[in-house]
Amino acid sequence: MESLSNKKKVLEQKPLSFMERMYLPAIAKGMGITISHLFKKEATVRYPEVEREFSANFRGMHSLKRDENGKERCTACGLCALSCPAEAITMIAAERKPEEKDLYREEKYAATYEINMLRCIFCGLCEEACPKEAIYLDGPIVPADYLRKDFIYGKDKLVEAPLEMKK
Amino acid sequence: MDTGFIIEKFILVAVIFGISLVIAMYSTYAERKVAAYLQDRLGPDRAGPFGILQPLADGIKMFMKEEIIPTTSNKWLFIVGPGLALLCACIGTAVIPWGSPMEIGGKIVPLQVADINVGVLYIFGVVSLGVYGVMIGGWASNNKYSLLSAIRAASQNISYEIAMGLSIIALLLMTNTLSLKTIVEQQHGWHWNVLYQPLGFLIFMVCSFAETNRAPFDLPECETELIGGYHTEYSSMKLGFYLFAEYINMFVSSAVMATLYFGGYNYPGMDYMATLLGPTWAPLFGTAILFAKIFFFIFFFMWVRWTIPRFRYDQLMNLGWKGLIPLAIANIIITGIVIAIIEKF
Repeated sequence: MESLSNKKKVLEQKPLSFMERMYLPAIAKGMGITISHLFKKEATVRYPEVEREFSANFRGMHSLKRDENGKERCTACGLCALSCPAEAITMIAAERKPEEKDLYREEKYAATYEINMLRCIFCGLCEEACPKEAIYLDGPIVPADYLRKDFIYGKDKLVEAPLEMKK
Repeated sequence: MDTGFIIEKFILVAVIFGISLVIAMYSTYAERKVAAYLQDRLGPDRAGPFGILQPLADGIKMFMKEEIIPTTSNKWLFIVGPGLALLCACIGTAVIPWGSPMEIGGKIVPLQVADINVGVLYIFGVVSLGVYGVMIGGWASNNKYSLLSAIRAASQNISYEIAMGLSIIALLLMTNTLSLKTIVEQQHGWHWNVLYQPLGFLIFMVCSFAETNRAPFDLPECETELIGGYHTEYSSMKLGFYLFAEYINMFVSSAVMATLYFGGYNYPGMDYMATLLGPTWAPLFGTAILFAKIFFFIFFFMWVRWTIPRFRYDQLMNLGWKGLIPLAIANIIITGIVIAIIEKF
């Protein structure tokens, strides 16, 4: 039957010629190809020592931002946790005391803020959901570790360094 | 049979044994490095500088693994199998002349453990014994895949031994001796046998790939069909013994190929070097040349492994029985006629 798309190719299996049955010319050709790869540059990136260059919009580890006065921006509204498709984010909110005015920008802040890096899929939805511009996925690759509990990152790892330390 | 003789041989045996074990160890490393470089990768580079401690790490891993002996196996034969494989691989080195006789403190020391007048036959005997390790291990595992693999190994080795033997006969027509020492001495300078027997060498080389169960003839352990082949049930250092035996076999067959066809420790300009270096260092330089040839063949084994896909079993048998054996017989006939003509005129 004629093919409608005209893309049909008829493959026929020809019996091997004498040279092909000897295998040797084909083997010599193949060996030539493999040996030429011996002198090519390897594609491997030696990861812990060398890091691949990322694009500008690469999403890595999260960081919780501070405002221009060094106060934490997060107000523990929970929108990031709600938007997270992997349910990686949990937090406990607390009320700011008067003497903590320099630490937190709003009256409500996150007392604990935890991201489970094993659950996180680095989609960036938390970043988009945040009304206070408090969370960004602008860090490096999350490093490997041995225990599951060590992948739950608290505020100690997530919050940006204070302003004076940054200088 | 004085004490000096025994000590001298004992030292020689210990050195050769040590060298072949170290070479087998580093063959595993070299295999992974060669594979990596041929595939534009890096290979092991974490254990020590350039990963040179990798074989050591692998060895420690092998020893630390849990050792499992299946309850339904024939326990005694299960243990004997890997030992036999390693033993047969190691004793092949005994008849290979590693260098011309060396002068140490006014005494002439031959760099060969045993110069027996049937050296070539001895090598063949040891090589055919090697398959017993695989056979016994595969049978004693009491596992259908292991048994299938053992049968494959046995029939493959028997088929290719015939072609191998026939290719050697053409060589023996020229040398008139079975002693490896004499065969090497005949190849003085650049009179290498490969120049007179290129076809014989080709057949011998293909057969030695099959004898050592290396790719493209590694059907006894082809993972897609037989899980792990004859060592499916083996774990820990017993598995290590089988893998080790394969690499020692590779080393020995490289040494045999270099000895029979590539002049052993002979090299062009060796007479000049002998006067230059003296009777102690010149033989050692020859040994270094021999090892360079051996390393080239080991590299060649690996190069082929990472180039050619595995043969199908019927293709393997076709190649052995319908390809190599008639070719080897034709080679014998041509060699015989040429020798007869040369002797006549």
